[in-house]
Amino acid sequence: MGENKQGLGQEIVTLLKTNIRDYMMYIALVVIMTFFAIKTGGGFLGARNIANLINQAGYVAVMAIGMTIILIIVHIDLSVGYVAGFCGAIAAILMTKYNVNEWVAIVVVLCIGLLIGLYQGLLVTRVGVPAFVTTLAGMFIFRGLLNLTLQETGTIIIPNEGFNALSNGFIPDFTDGDIHMLTLIIGIVLAVLMAFSEIKTRRNKLKYNFEVLSTPLFIVKLIAVSAIIMVIIWTLASYQGLPWTAVIVGVVLFVYNYMLNKTKLGRAIYGIGGNAQAAELSGINVKKVTLFAFCSVSVMAALGGVLYASRLQSATPTAGLGFEMDAIASSYIGGVAVSGGIGRVTNTIIGALVIMSLTNGMNLMGVDISYQYIVKGIIFIIAVAFDVRTRKK
Amino acid sequence: MSDYILEMKGIVKEFPGVKALDNVNFKVKRGEIHCLVGENGAGKSTLMKVLSGVYPHGTYSGDIIYNGEVQNFKRIADSEEKGIVIIYQELALIPELSLYENIYFGHEIVKGKAIDWNETIVKGAEMLQKVGLKADPSMKVKDLGVGNQQLVEIAKALSKDVKLLILDEPTASLNEDDSQNLLNLMRELKAQGVTCIMISHKLREITAIADTITVLRDGSTVCSMAADEYYGEAEIIKHMVGREMNDIYPKREKKEFGAKALELKNWTVYDPSLGREILHNVNINVRKGEIVGLQGLMGAGRTELALSIFGNTPNYKITSGGLFMNGEEVHFKHPKEAIDKGLAYVSEDRKGNGLILMQDIRYNTTIANLQALVNGLAINENEEINVANRYKDSINIKAPSIEQKVGNLSGGNQQKVQIAKWMFAEPKVLILDEPTRGIDVGAKFEIYSLMNKLVAEGMSIIMISSELPEVLGMSDRLYVMSEGTITGELSIEEATEEKVMAMAIKS
Repeated sequence: MGENKQGLGQEIVTLLKTNIRDYMMYIALVVIMTFFAIKTGGGFLGARNIANLINQAGYVAVMAIGMTIILIIVHIDLSVGYVAGFCGAIAAILMTKYNVNEWVAIVVVLCIGLLIGLYQGLLVTRVGVPAFVTTLAGMFIFRGLLNLTLQETGTIIIPNEGFNALSNGFIPDFTDGDIHMLTLIIGIVLAVLMAFSEIKTRRNKLKYNFEVLSTPLFIVKLIAVSAIIMVIIWTLASYQGLPWTAVIVGVVLFVYNYMLNKTKLGRAIYGIGGNAQAAELSGINVKKVTLFAFCSVSVMAALGGVLYASRLQSATPTAGLGFEMDAIASSYIGGVAVSGGIGRVTNTIIGALVIMSLTNGMNLMGVDISYQYIVKGIIFIIAVAFDVRTRKK
Repeated sequence: MSDYILEMKGIVKEFPGVKALDNVNFKVKRGEIHCLVGENGAGKSTLMKVLSGVYPHGTYSGDIIYNGEVQNFKRIADSEEKGIVIIYQELALIPELSLYENIYFGHEIVKGKAIDWNETIVKGAEMLQKVGLKADPSMKVKDLGVGNQQLVEIAKALSKDVKLLILDEPTASLNEDDSQNLLNLMRELKAQGVTCIMISHKLREITAIADTITVLRDGSTVCSMAADEYYGEAEIIKHMVGREMNDIYPKREKKEFGAKALELKNWTVYDPSLGREILHNVNINVRKGEIVGLQGLMGAGRTELALSIFGNTPNYKITSGGLFMNGEEVHFKHPKEAIDKGLAYVSEDRKGNGLILMQDIRYNTTIANLQALVNGLAINENEEINVANRYKDSINIKAPSIEQKVGNLSGGNQQKVQIAKWMFAEPKVLILDEPTRGIDVGAKFEIYSLMNKLVAEGMSIIMISSELPEVLGMSDRLYVMSEGTITGELSIEEATEEKVMAMAIKS
């Protein structure tokens, strides 16, 4: 144990073998991005499009994070799409018809998401209706409510600048130069923090004699990850800076990642996914945790709805169509086990990037929407089939 | 043709690490009722699974000679084709289908390509008549009682033109009347020329009906006796348990018992999913520093008793009686509350109810008492690692590190992880349900030593076990259960295997 004593080549082979599932996801992302970069003559990886991609991926990312929790405990939520659409519409109505302040409107909408989660979660945990059925009914109900909300007005244009900035704006800067300084500073701080936390974790593991990467590989990994962060940050900084969406997704990701990995609640979620009966007999209140998961996914759906409405600067009756597919696909591509109990929100973000790169890239290439669905479906099923096969070993 | 319809010769069946059947010889005469008896784990069910083709030819060694020919059954369909039908304890009927649909399920009567429903109904009614069940063939199976469902299973077997009928504990879940009915039916079938093999624990029934009795013990045939050769139940019991008591139980130096740590008074429990009372007026107690054994055969209600104490309320409804811990009455609505009051339950089904197999040793060790490791919001991981390492070392869990997935450990080490988990929860009363099932002798000894150490430190242990030697070797006092009732309490000095077995099969 301790530091890996194998030869470097041998270590890389072992690493590839044991982590093939995770690496495949990154390889797929790189392949997809390279493909689009070539097909669009570099336009796909241009600063402008990267910022665009982040803004477009935001709503899917937060919804996929919520979905990940639900899928880990072996439930599902099909209603997130129309819950998002409905919540976006409510926000628009509040701001335009009732002149409610945009921040108040957002809080109200998140609370509505919470209520929706309570309703569906109680049906699942107290009444015993399977999640699939509960949320399928939710799909009908919230689609109807979305249409009803926008019946009189049709599509509502949202005039509030602050609201629209969430998915279109960039963080401010304190200088007027070509390079966005604040973005650059945030990037550097992130890279340094990441490096410190990695080093600290590794030291701790060594202290307890756990297996860790050998020093050369560890250094390569640190440099590679820092380099990727800095390239992205530099690209963004040379354009208009860090999008607000990235900040929101980053905060949500941090909170969920902390919750899953560091708290009792996180342990309970993995326990329930692994073996609900054993978890119950270990003193975990399975019903309460399940209820929490439903509340969390609906609040994330509401947040997704806000981000989407902000992106379009309007609320439309078609908002929400197929969002649940993107959210579920992102989670599974990101490595949530179909049988539950396994999954990380950090990987789900990669899954969301895969899905949204496909959307964004194919849009740039002018691929018809019908083909887009088919391509996404095929990538999704390949990812899950690969997952199931590799886990069997 | 030979006098024997079936001869199984030198059957050896091995599972990884266990020899379930070791050179078993088993002969059944044509047209007799042959009872197969033995303790849990003696190999009865395994033997029948070899016979019916559940374990296909090639996975065991030895010969099955049926009607004078060596048979190589690859699957159940092969043995059924020859007229061998097995009815399991867990009935294989489909509750939502009608009686006639169930009877011909899997071997439907067809005319051309389509099922001939008229013929099915007529034939189904005929089969029901044969087993003496007066019921409308078109009613649903779920609307019948368990006893009558058993009859439907037999009707189904008859519809397959059965020559050799195997019944695995057919009366285990039946009441007295239904049991008598079933035994009478078996006598009628015998008169019609059907040979029956019955696996059973109920000696009274066996002595009443058997033409021949074969006793299995630890995967070997002990003896086979014709009805006129044996002298009664006592002799069968002796053959069932008659093994040398080895010195595999570590002795405890001093025994000091304190006040009652846990006491159950008139504990009566109703199971809503079964729709019947499963525990009747149970009175037991365990004192500080004491190991109390809870013996009984499978299905006696021991696990149900443990789970109902442990606050598993959705599955069990306590209709009367009270639970007292240290003299104070407690009501647990959730296992969490039981754990908080110092109760712990090590499940008999460590894979299904005990451990989270896809997680590592560290996760499983601390999951029942994470509260002790929480610092503000976050779990103190360094402290957690220390805890997991401490238990890994102190109870000798053999694994490269605490990051090892529990699913990859051996049965004995999995069991130790389960025990570590509950030791970390620091209970006052520990319920161990079949603590040594499926683990090797060395690991057993370590677990026994650990139990002694825990009670010496003042813990109380209730040990549920169907292994007689273990109960007698470890307990200070023991209760025997049968069919949801405590049928006896014995001090360790007065307990003998024969006495306990007699209580365990009392109905």
